[in-house]
Amino acid sequence: MNARLLPLLGFAAILALLGFGIWWNQHHDPRAVPSPLIGKPAPTFSLPVLSDPSRVFGSEDLAGKPYLLNVFASWCFACRDEHPLLMREGKRLGVPLVGFNYKDEPGDAREWLSRYGDPYHVVIADFPGDVAIDFGVTGAPETFLVDAKGVIRWKYISPITPEVLTGELLPRIAALQTEAP
Amino acid sequence: MAPELGQFALILALLLSFAQCVLPLIGAARGNAALMGVARPAAIGQAVFVALAFAILTAAFMTGDFSVAYVAQNSNSLLPWYYRFSAVWGAHEGSLLLWVLILNLWIVAVATLSRKLPDDFMARVFAVLGFVSFGFLLFTLLTSNPFARALPVPADGHDLNPLLQDFGLIVHPPMLYMGYVGFSVAFAFALAALMGGRLDVAWVRWSRPWTNVAWAFLTLGIALGSWWAYYELGWGGWWFWDPVENASFMPWLIGTALIHSQAVTEKRGSFRAWTLLLAIFAFSLSLLGTFLVRSGVLTSVHAFASDPERGTFILVFLGIVVGGSLLLYALRAPKVAGGEPFAAVSRETLLLINNLLFSCAAAMVLLGTLYPLIGEAFDLGRISVGPPYFGFLFVLLMAPIVLLIPFGPFIHWRSGNPRVALRRLLPAFACAIVAALAALLLVRGQSWKAYAGVAASLWVGIGILLYALSRWRDAPPGRRYTPEMLGMIAAHFGVAVFLAGALIVEATSIEKDLRFAPGQSVEIAGYTFRFDGVQHADGPNYSADQGTVHVLRDGKPVAELHPQKRVYTRNQQPQTESAIDPGLFRDLYVALGEPVGADGAWAIRVYVKPFVRWIWLGALFMMIGGFVTAIDRRFRALPRQETRDAAGPLPAGASA
Repeated sequence: MNARLLPLLGFAAILALLGFGIWWNQHHDPRAVPSPLIGKPAPTFSLPVLSDPSRVFGSEDLAGKPYLLNVFASWCFACRDEHPLLMREGKRLGVPLVGFNYKDEPGDAREWLSRYGDPYHVVIADFPGDVAIDFGVTGAPETFLVDAKGVIRWKYISPITPEVLTGELLPRIAALQTEAP
Repeated sequence: MAPELGQFALILALLLSFAQCVLPLIGAARGNAALMGVARPAAIGQAVFVALAFAILTAAFMTGDFSVAYVAQNSNSLLPWYYRFSAVWGAHEGSLLLWVLILNLWIVAVATLSRKLPDDFMARVFAVLGFVSFGFLLFTLLTSNPFARALPVPADGHDLNPLLQDFGLIVHPPMLYMGYVGFSVAFAFALAALMGGRLDVAWVRWSRPWTNVAWAFLTLGIALGSWWAYYELGWGGWWFWDPVENASFMPWLIGTALIHSQAVTEKRGSFRAWTLLLAIFAFSLSLLGTFLVRSGVLTSVHAFASDPERGTFILVFLGIVVGGSLLLYALRAPKVAGGEPFAAVSRETLLLINNLLFSCAAAMVLLGTLYPLIGEAFDLGRISVGPPYFGFLFVLLMAPIVLLIPFGPFIHWRSGNPRVALRRLLPAFACAIVAALAALLLVRGQSWKAYAGVAASLWVGIGILLYALSRWRDAPPGRRYTPEMLGMIAAHFGVAVFLAGALIVEATSIEKDLRFAPGQSVEIAGYTFRFDGVQHADGPNYSADQGTVHVLRDGKPVAELHPQKRVYTRNQQPQTESAIDPGLFRDLYVALGEPVGADGAWAIRVYVKPFVRWIWLGALFMMIGGFVTAIDRRFRALPRQETRDAAGPLPAGASA
């Protein structure tokens, strides 16, 4: 075979990969696919706390009150996009914001939080990613709204934008709080 | 009415670009001078219409015509005029128009400066450039019309992304695009050579100045982007290996290989096929960068909004342009290696190593950038490769280059004597070792990077100055330095300056996150930072909390810094504005975090960054090197007639 064809073949492989990327983005619209876990009880979990791995924090500690679980990681570029919004609104949501550190080196995650700010009520670390599988996490950032009975009520994949915050998340939180506990 | 005229101008430009692509190509194939002659007027007409469209869009921004959807999304009545101007290219549609405008400026420059080159060759060059322009104009008109109306007309615009309201972002995109698009000229010359079967070294000589100028602009564009990220993102870093940064860095790496490979091909006739391939790759990677940024395939801090339709269009265009040119290369590239033979130790070998390492680096960056996609495609889960991967491999690939740079000029073409070169470089070697040892003894406990930085920087810097000195001593007056040589010296000296900056800042910068109560002082690296509270401050379209930090050294004031946390009025977007006291040997950098506690205390990040300016200073030297090389009169010499009058500016209107 002619060696001069190699660059063309290499390029064809890249082209196929990029084409796949477009197809993937079109057919896996994160917002179009509802999570099968919505309306189901959130998995029980018990994970080390990022700032103090000897401490364990789990679903029992959150029982009886609604909370927002935000999946993030220091390796995740899109999380950096989302972060200023969490910094601004995280304390004013009306529900605790639980940070779920996904497949991350604890040192990296701590440095990331000290650099960009820590908006979380508590951060739990899932380095192996087992609990993330139970939650059906596909990547970061993702956000789960869990009600007082421990049922997942809403899930959002990709960074929360101001529009999503005011249009979807805040009304849902308000609705949760008017529900009888 | 005016916006519709702008769109109409783009349609006319599209028709002209089609004419510029097809007619000269037919003319070149048939030897028809009239058809080939269409190229230049078509190119100039096209540029006029694109410039008109650009002017109309700019006017819509300046007058605040919010009936244009793009203006409404990216401007605001409170936005200062200079940001309204730069907002023209603040988002996808307008930046695409800027891309096309700059492409047309390059085409007009080629049209006016290349009248002495053979007609059929130039006809093919214009055809290739016309096709690129056609593709981008069609893309603009079909998927990204900047003149689309918004009905009902909003009372006010949505405002420009606060991150982009900044001087760095006024100049960064135009310079970057000058570089990206500039590689289209070398690309077109390479394709014209392949199409016409004119595979001698003439095309390389003619394209060298264009490549150097494009590379210089790209260097400047990347440096500006890095500088902007440094002071605007508030993280104190200067390079993040972000997909979009990588998108601009890959063409730079291949472009660096290309300018060296072109030098070999032009002077010695070797590496012909390789130079053709690199010229194709450099522009292909520019197109790929455009694709990555605009298709939404990879998420990034500053990617444009994703749109599958746009992504598909660019992908098809990319397939036609790059696939077509690589197919042409496969069919027509010289089968026999030409050029003069060279020994194992020769300047050719050194430049071959340079080429291989820079190409490997580009491939490494490409692999890392596309890795998340590969992970998805083969169901390996989400894998993201970050700075550790890039940083480690890049240093590994560049270390031999740093070691070999000073040898380049001292090793002769064809066959060099390493012992002679080594003897002449001995002072540089000694200086590097002594300085690194002295640094080791004087400033203990630093990372190896600091010592390596000192040694590498002195080795390259003194090495290249020794060469400049040897030319001064050995060559007769008047023939000591050609612009090409001066450019080489400046660019390589820039590498030395960059190395010092990059490695020292990586190793020795100090970063502290502090809780500061008003009046409290902290001493860092000999500087005393005193926090004097936060006041309210208002800008034209934002309100801000503005901190005051006084910096003192030995009791004497050094700087008064005012970091801000802004909230932009229109869409309540927060934005951290760091405050920097720049210096040649250190930057003092303060960024405001969050208020903590009730006593007026704030979380504040303080950085002391030694030598950080040298990173961009080095890039500026490299850029100057590119420009200076390009003015060498040798490149404008003609193939047959050895005219000496080519020195002056080429007379306009004279045709070959």
